[in-house]
Amino acid sequence: MKVLLGIAGSDETDAALEETVRRAVEANDDLTVAILEETDHESSPDEVEARARDRLDEADIDATIRRVSGDPGSELVEIAEREGFDRLVIGGGQRSPMGKIQLGSITEFVLLNAQVSVTLVR
Amino acid sequence: MTGDRPHSDEQADRFSEPPQTFEDREGREITIRALDPDGFDALAEMYAAFDPADRAQGIPPTGEDRIEGWLETLVDEGLNVVAWDGDRAAGHATLVPDGDDGESYELAIFVLQEYQESGIGGRLMDALLGYGRGNGVENVWLTVERWNTAAVNLYEKVGFETTNAESFELEMSFRLN
Ligand SMILES: CC(C)(COP(=O)(O)OP(=O)(O)OC[C@H]1O[C@@H](n2cnc3c(N)ncnc32)[C@H](O)[C@@H]1OP(=O)(O)O)[C@@H](O)C(=O)NCCC(=O)NCCS
Repeated sequence: MKVLLGIAGSDETDAALEETVRRAVEANDDLTVAILEETDHESSPDEVEARARDRLDEADIDATIRRVSGDPGSELVEIAEREGFDRLVIGGGQRSPMGKIQLGSITEFVLLNAQVSVTLVR
Repeated sequence: MTGDRPHSDEQADRFSEPPQTFEDREGREITIRALDPDGFDALAEMYAAFDPADRAQGIPPTGEDRIEGWLETLVDEGLNVVAWDGDRAAGHATLVPDGDDGESYELAIFVLQEYQESGIGGRLMDALLGYGRGNGVENVWLTVERWNTAAVNLYEKVGFETTNAESFELEMSFRLN
């Protein structure tokens, strides 16, 4: 399966990366990791990319890493459609102090607008 | 959390601190008290019995261990009031600090299914906000799913105002002090 994973530097990133790589190894997915050029997070895009590269090397899979600038939600949806991806994977929301799941604006945009199947990783 | 927070001393003054005892609309005698450590197990039992269909945004979690872990955070960090029917917990409302400033708190409230629509949720809000006001809480905020009419109506009735309506969930807030 041709899978597009979108990650930025938020708390959800590691879980999404971990789970997607694990599945890619199992299912022999053709994986592309899109690093979103967002700056309002704990980790910078460079750090996120380095983490992704480490994880992919460790799993020993041949995946593509690319950087995505512009509006992250619509870019992800665009790329998935234009390049014939079967599935789009993103983080499944952050938790509030109370423990409530809160979906970010990128997640919302992707859920409402993607034509391909979307997986939220938690 | 940012956004304009409505302020009204008049509104905030009307809340009363726990304990409060009253008869609910089903004729049960209910007492609302601040949670003390002895009440923890009964509260965990209430959540174990909670209908999964009434969960909101992933809380309460399911399973004994996850429920207890979640409650421990609320008890360690937050302000909690519980509605008791004898020694049975019928409802719970909580304020958990945001972390950044010690003034802003997130609110949640749960009433066990068989006790809903009997006036307990309204009284719990009153007691929780009275308790919070007494403890120097300044801002209270929450997010709620748009379709959760019971909760949205309850929050509006208490005086919460919507501060962000741009996403799936409404963000509402109230200024206490
Ligand atoms: C929301 C909740 C706490 C309300 O508690 P409750 O004890 O049933 O509420 P009360 O009987 O005190 O009602 C207070 C007000 O809430 C609103 N309300 C409660 N149930 C309602 C319903 N089924 N439909 C519409 N409004 C409702 C009304 O405005 C009501 O005022 P009224 O009695 O004058 O009409 C309860 O329904 C609940 O626990 N729901 C599941 C958990 C949840 O969604 N929590 C909120 C998110 S954290």
